[in-house]
Amino acid sequence: MAALVIAEHDNKTLNDATARTVTAALAVSAPVHVLVAGQNCAAVADQAAKLAGVEKVLVADDALYAHRLAETMETLILSVADKYDAILAPATTAGKNYLPRVAAKLDVPQVSEILKVIAPDTFERPIYAGNAIETLTAPAGKKVITVRTTAFKPAGDGGSATVEKIAAAADPGLAKFAGEELSKSERPELTSAKIVISGGRGLGSAENFKLLDPIADKLHAAVGASRAAVDAGYVPNDYQVGQTGKVVAPELYLAVGISGAIQHLAGMKDSKVIAAINKDEDAPIFQVADVGLVADLFKALPEMNQELGKLGY
Amino acid sequence: MKVLVAVKRVVDANFRVRVKADGTGVELDNVKLAMNPFDEIAVEEAVRLKEKGKASEVIAVSIGPAQASETIRTALAMGADRGILVKSDGAVEPLAVAKILKAIVEAEKPELVITGKQAIDSDANQTGQMLAALLGWGQGTFAHKLELDGGAAKITREVDGGLETVEVKLPAVMTTDLRLNEPRYASLPNIMKAKKKPIEEKTPADYGVDVAPRFKVLKVTEPPRRTAGVKVKTVAEFLGKLKELGAL
Repeated sequence: MAALVIAEHDNKTLNDATARTVTAALAVSAPVHVLVAGQNCAAVADQAAKLAGVEKVLVADDALYAHRLAETMETLILSVADKYDAILAPATTAGKNYLPRVAAKLDVPQVSEILKVIAPDTFERPIYAGNAIETLTAPAGKKVITVRTTAFKPAGDGGSATVEKIAAAADPGLAKFAGEELSKSERPELTSAKIVISGGRGLGSAENFKLLDPIADKLHAAVGASRAAVDAGYVPNDYQVGQTGKVVAPELYLAVGISGAIQHLAGMKDSKVIAAINKDEDAPIFQVADVGLVADLFKALPEMNQELGKLGY
Repeated sequence: MKVLVAVKRVVDANFRVRVKADGTGVELDNVKLAMNPFDEIAVEEAVRLKEKGKASEVIAVSIGPAQASETIRTALAMGADRGILVKSDGAVEPLAVAKILKAIVEAEKPELVITGKQAIDSDANQTGQMLAALLGWGQGTFAHKLELDGGAAKITREVDGGLETVEVKLPAVMTTDLRLNEPRYASLPNIMKAKKKPIEEKTPADYGVDVAPRFKVLKVTEPPRRTAGVKVKTVAEFLGKLKELGAL
């Protein structure tokens, strides 16, 4: 049998989360097929077909899947589920939304946010905000899994999968899309950026939060935030890094004015290098930071911007 | 309309758990337990619906040991009307929780079920979605805002790219995200009043649900620990160190 990976995309571009989920899927079951559900999403199917290790791409191109609502994704995935012994989705807000519905209908317990595949039925996953790692074996039968994408390398290029159209499944008629407000940014995405610069309550206001922008621009970094900064309204919710926000693992994570609550650390502690700027030298963030600058961020940030400029950034 | 909220008793969010030395789980003795923070938001939203005259009754359900009745009392003190405790001593997996909730929903016939998007112990983020699927209902997960409009719920959701709004037919399941509301603290008079509100006691067997775990937990371990690096005083040193580490 095979593994099915549900693609994450915006009808134009395949999200990097998919390539990472393919890597996890290959460790669970092979060959791997990718399901692209969308509207006018042929370009996405072509991108998925080029992923190394993917044998076949299933495309359900229908207005029903324009926004990939959980209810419609459930019936679509169930319509092909018989052919697979494992179904995987990235643990993004989309995957987390639809995949438990599929698991419930299959009467299969879902393994959420796996970090590692120990054996095709045995996985590591974080519990208690990543303060403990659970190793568990799933029961015999179909596996339904969401994947913490930062824990897996993306599958490379070089594949040449066949692309097969599949029919839309019945519309359950339970919900409809009613609008979206997406943050527009020229910067890289938080979860795939090489450098992330995040601000916390220490920045003090939405206005001050912009002090991070010139540095982010110089470093081609994504901008994130702590929950405190989001709750205070400095930036929108999709900036939040942490246990219940986004989990990131960049090459460099720069935390500015972030004290380092457990819930925040859960979202960034797998970063390769952690650097922090905080005026409180006892801030918990320094316990995990490779480099800590104990300084007033309002002085340090402009100076850093200048220094980076001198260094040619 | 009736609103059902599902609440879980978990280790307090501010408590840092320790993994047991024998690797069988986390230390739960002498640990402060409290209502899952996302479930508090669920209770708050349900109580607000009642205060606005949109909900007629708020029922709080918890599945757990006898002490989970304390968690239900907290919900009652916040304004829920009555409770149902489904007693089960071991950990109950999300799929079994969803099956029990489904049976309760079929008996109580609420128009809306609200629960936290995830419990901060198992971090599974499954129960609400599974319940919705088992009932054949629509769902609005990771809710940021709720508007009830006739036979539908307009739910704005916190998604990776920003916010998305869906219009879901009622009855439906909603799971809460952090910014849906700020839960109230129960006042002393309300805590006293809650003591008189009824809590019905049930067992999973009453609903014909087998709660035996389907997963086999082999071990629970500490995550790799990071250690503190160096602290510097100037921006130049800071950037120098980052270069040295190959991060810049």
